[in-house]
Amino acid sequence: MHFMLLFSRQGKIRLQKWYVAVLDKVKKKIMRELTTIILTRQSKMCSFIEWKDLKIVYKRYASLHFCCAIDPDENELMYLEVIHRYVELLDRYFESVCELDIIFNFEKAYFILDELIMGGEIQETSKIGIIRSIEAQDELQQAETPQGFFEDYGLG
Amino acid sequence: MSAIKQVFNEAVERVKSPTPVRLRDLVRNIRAARTAAEERAVVNKECAYIRSTFKEEDSIWRCRNLAKLLYIHMLGYPAHFGQLECLKLIASPRFTDKRIGYLGAMLLLDERTDVHLLITNSLKNDLNSSVQFIVGLALCTLGAIASPEMSRDLAPEVEKLLKSSNAYIKKKAALCAFRIISKVPDLMEIFIPATRSLLSEKNHGVLITGVILVTEMCEKSPDTLQHFKRTGGKVGSDDMVLVPNLVRILKNLIMSGYSPEHDVSGVSDPFLQVKILRLLRLLGHNDAESSEAMNDILAQVATNTEQSKNVGYSILYETVMTIMHIQSESGLRVLAINILGRFLLKDDKNIRYVALNTLLKCVHHDNYAVQRHRGTILECLKDPDISIRRRAMELCFALLNASNIRSMVKELLTFLEAADPDFKGPCSSNIVLAAEKYAPDKQWLINTLLRVLGAAGNNIRDDVIAITIQLISENSDHQMYVVKNLWLAMSNYSEQEPLVQVSLWCFGEYAENVLAPSDDTQEQVTEEELLTFYQRILFGQYSIATKEYALNSLMKLSARCSLTNINKVKELMSSFACHMHIELQQRGVEFSQLFRFHDHLRGPLFEKIPILEKSTSSTRETSSPVTEKASEEVSLPIQIESNALLDLMGGMETGHEDIVLPKPKATIPTINSKPMNNDIMDLLGGLGSAPEEPPQSSLIEDFALITNSQPLGKISGITAFSKDSLSIHFNFERSPEKPNILSIKMTATNEGPIPMTDFLFQAAVPKTFQLEMLNPSGNVIPPSNSDVAQLKMRIKVSYKVNNEDVMHQAEVNHFPPASWQ
Repeated sequence: MHFMLLFSRQGKIRLQKWYVAVLDKVKKKIMRELTTIILTRQSKMCSFIEWKDLKIVYKRYASLHFCCAIDPDENELMYLEVIHRYVELLDRYFESVCELDIIFNFEKAYFILDELIMGGEIQETSKIGIIRSIEAQDELQQAETPQGFFEDYGLG
Repeated sequence: MSAIKQVFNEAVERVKSPTPVRLRDLVRNIRAARTAAEERAVVNKECAYIRSTFKEEDSIWRCRNLAKLLYIHMLGYPAHFGQLECLKLIASPRFTDKRIGYLGAMLLLDERTDVHLLITNSLKNDLNSSVQFIVGLALCTLGAIASPEMSRDLAPEVEKLLKSSNAYIKKKAALCAFRIISKVPDLMEIFIPATRSLLSEKNHGVLITGVILVTEMCEKSPDTLQHFKRTGGKVGSDDMVLVPNLVRILKNLIMSGYSPEHDVSGVSDPFLQVKILRLLRLLGHNDAESSEAMNDILAQVATNTEQSKNVGYSILYETVMTIMHIQSESGLRVLAINILGRFLLKDDKNIRYVALNTLLKCVHHDNYAVQRHRGTILECLKDPDISIRRRAMELCFALLNASNIRSMVKELLTFLEAADPDFKGPCSSNIVLAAEKYAPDKQWLINTLLRVLGAAGNNIRDDVIAITIQLISENSDHQMYVVKNLWLAMSNYSEQEPLVQVSLWCFGEYAENVLAPSDDTQEQVTEEELLTFYQRILFGQYSIATKEYALNSLMKLSARCSLTNINKVKELMSSFACHMHIELQQRGVEFSQLFRFHDHLRGPLFEKIPILEKSTSSTRETSSPVTEKASEEVSLPIQIESNALLDLMGGMETGHEDIVLPKPKATIPTINSKPMNNDIMDLLGGLGSAPEEPPQSSLIEDFALITNSQPLGKISGITAFSKDSLSIHFNFERSPEKPNILSIKMTATNEGPIPMTDFLFQAAVPKTFQLEMLNPSGNVIPPSNSDVAQLKMRIKVSYKVNNEDVMHQAEVNHFPPASWQ
């Protein structure tokens, strides 16, 4: 995978994870272009777009679009599954996730993504395994923060 | 008093809320901003505050401030001043700080900034930490932002962690190694020993990351690929080679019962299955032995996988791709294509898209198997999704052949008429080329061409016009029909420039046909109508090119037919003598000159053009990788010989471009390119037995026919042609080392009393075959029963052994006298 983007229906980026090194300018340009392209696609069209020399796999969940950019010879259908797995994890962690959860707790969304995917490839196929790791790390954070010091969990 | 109160209140405020704004409050404030300017104000204020806090030595709130900064960064504002903060946070002993610090590093830094070098030390410490999650964070960050220098520095640490007993660390280390190798391929050797144990783990995370690592190594370096194939994953005392090992893992996955941990909709660990299939593909490619080992498991996966959800489809898709890329047996390939065919029938358009895409890749190899699904593919031409339509169109072109040309072109023409403008260009070109190649008869061909021109409108490519004109010029018997039809079309389609251009050209060339009385119920075209038409074109909204055509053809018309209204033509011409565009002006002036001073020259000048020479097909698009045409460098001779050859081919598919003259070909390395010499007979390639009929003198010509068919046994020769005391006999031979090459020896025999001179033999074959013509023995066939000199033969043989060229030359003097007397 080259990068993963999450964006709202208005085109606001909610999460961006880049697995290749590109300039900030280029990143912004790519995000603008892709959000425009995907937002103008109708629902009847298929989930794969050929764009430049990459394949874009995208899926809409409620008000959020999840979009991955992969190499042309990769298995697109599998990446649809990867996206679905990520959404399931978010759902499990936040208990019925919605876009607001991801906006206010974006760092946690990143942490979960980093447990699922590393370097652009899947690192763990067991849903419960990932959930357990995340919960353990949260525990660690909680344990080292004396009660009442931060009004809520560390970062607030 | 009020000032004191104000100061007092501010102090109280400061004491009451010393903590920085919470992240969620910042988010709320930003979202509450109603305009972009308001939002910017909030952001700038917060950034200023954050910047000031960063200067402080030790701040417990640093993590919160950095989190806010990261949020601001995600909105699109610059945040590079936070880079150093990330470093401070990473160096902090607290897990909370490290977590946010590393996230910041991954978001704000990448391998090109200089700051990250400073992280290397912290990373090294954290990689050696006793807390597995800290190690995990460090590995994750290293994998994300490692530069080549960092990779080199920290590779030994990663390698050590790869051998750890903790599965959590092991899998992350594997992917970190994967990234390091992509950045610095030289470091691959360090990690190879460690990978062996990865593939024998039970933990799926370690398994999948191990497979990914091995896949990357094999892709990057063919040597490593060989190494893995030989030694593979040694497990303790077992010497398991990689492929059987993977097959075993895959089998366990499929056969084992329900495992809730890895299950996705009834399929157990599809991600791992797909990755293993991918690695198998790499291992089996071009390797018969490995492919053999995989056949069973692939068939099993293909048949057992649950096919109702996307999960199942993704595994099947991967299986199909693997089958196509390795040297699988044909039964398996047919199975794969049938799976794709079933995909095409599904409602889910993702699946259909994927199926069409894959079919396109393998249609050339397994054309016959894909033909069965032709109907479904034609249906996909009508799909609402544009990518599916495009794929279906390309696939249709690949499937066209002589037997299905009529039905397919019918569908394609309907598609063309309704297609988007982007499609019309390539679609029309392809239809025309295919129609040309496989046309069952001329009438159909011309009809199709006219329909294409009519349907494609202005988006047609230039070569189509050229091809159409060339074809019309070749077929003299249909010209009347063409011209009449074009005249009819002009009343409906006169906005379409390519059609107009072709029509104008035809009207000019075949002027007699335009004004001739027609035999059906159509009304005869009168001069008036014709001239009005020309006027409309010349003064209408047409391109310069069309008007050029119009002027030229008007002149031809005036020269060929005796027009009663010649003055009108002269007027038209002279009106163009002062046109703004130079081309038209030039024509106007010169043609008017012709009228005025050289009237007698008009007739001869505008005589009929001879049949147009067909230009070589360099613009051809039809993808047929099987055929490498040496004929692309040969231009056809004009006039009679090509027509004669067409007659020669007769009922065979008219593949003009396959005509190969018996000239030496520099492109094919196996043939020696010496010019034909009547004295020395250069006979190359599969020499068969000496000619059988002694009393008749014959010319021997060898040509090798490379076919796609299965090798047969001994094939009996045939008499290909027998007429007018000339008989041509074909003898067949197939060498066992090269079963794909059929060697045909052509023997031309003169049974009459008069010698035949300037004998030229040409041959053409359908597109699916390749034909190489070797040099004939001569072009004179002496009459039978004449005195012949003693039969001597000098032979030259060349071939390749182990990719080396070998050449032999010999003289054969010892023919038995009975053979040539």
